[in-house]
Amino acid sequence: MTVFVTNMLLLLFLVFLLVLVIRTRRLFAVVVLAGAYSLVSAAMFVNLDAVDVAFTEAAVGAGISTVLFLATMAYLPGREKVLPSSGRFGNNMSAAIICVIAGALLVAAAVELPAVGDPNAPAHLHVAPRYLEESYSFLHIPNVVTTVLASYRGFDTLGETIVVFTAGLGVLVLLSGYTRTRRTRNETLSRGEGDDA
Amino acid sequence: MRDNPVLRTAAKILFAPIIVFGLYVQFHGDYSPGGGFQAGVIIAAAFILHGLIFGLEAGRRLVPEWLNLAMLAAGVLIYGGVGVAGMALDGLYLDYNVLLPDPSAGQHVGIILVEFGVGLTVTSVMLALFHAFAGFSEDRFADKPEDTAGGGSQ
Repeated sequence: MTVFVTNMLLLLFLVFLLVLVIRTRRLFAVVVLAGAYSLVSAAMFVNLDAVDVAFTEAAVGAGISTVLFLATMAYLPGREKVLPSSGRFGNNMSAAIICVIAGALLVAAAVELPAVGDPNAPAHLHVAPRYLEESYSFLHIPNVVTTVLASYRGFDTLGETIVVFTAGLGVLVLLSGYTRTRRTRNETLSRGEGDDA
Repeated sequence: MRDNPVLRTAAKILFAPIIVFGLYVQFHGDYSPGGGFQAGVIIAAAFILHGLIFGLEAGRRLVPEWLNLAMLAAGVLIYGGVGVAGMALDGLYLDYNVLLPDPSAGQHVGIILVEFGVGLTVTSVMLALFHAFAGFSEDRFADKPEDTAGGGSQ
């Protein structure tokens, strides 16, 4: 019961933050609010006993993303531009209809979900019992999340690591200019300076 | 911000404990929440804090660009290499049981190595992202007002 009430309060707080993010036009405030949003969702994950996920959310969502957003903001205007057409009635109506339909579908799907922590939920009947038993009796590793992540689902985690690697590489090529054109530009620049001297 | 003595002192005091905490999360992931992804982000956060307070140049002196790029690739290579080592020892790809004579100990070694690889890649990607974004904007600002001002004074 306490868990349910706390989660409801946190959820209300999340919705409140979300409305603030949408309504605010100053980008600095939006970045800070987005960090607060991540922190509140991390608290929600702790409440649901998903400590590993909460850890990641707090470190990545509230920490690094905020810093990256702030670093990006240095070359953006301080305020969000409001499009003049966004106040038109037709646009708002179609958006409202899509939101209501999508929301109704999500609620209909959520009603069918098993309760949190239900031992008879399909997810807990397939391979989870084997993981839980084996990971301590055979591997002697108390944190099952680590065992599943690194051993049972080793291929998935390899894929995730490669995704992180590729994303980093993509940003480096785009922003830091690890390309042939950028290098030649720098070389010509330094050569030009040398000629002047 | 960089001349504020409170920030500079706080950053100096916090830098080492953050890294120690990151290493704890990295190598204690078997027993408590955490693992390579979280530890990588925490360790990167220590270096990003250093870069924010003492400037990007000081950060680059601490972790040179070539080292960061090498770590970026080394993490994935360690992960893949553990898999290949399993194959070389007559097992399957990413089968940790064969890494040591005792399968249970082999699993331990495999998991720690793999998590280390993940942590290495995540740390350097986060650091590279920070330097790419922060350095990019610094470049742009250096190109515009300061260049013209410098040219005028000469």
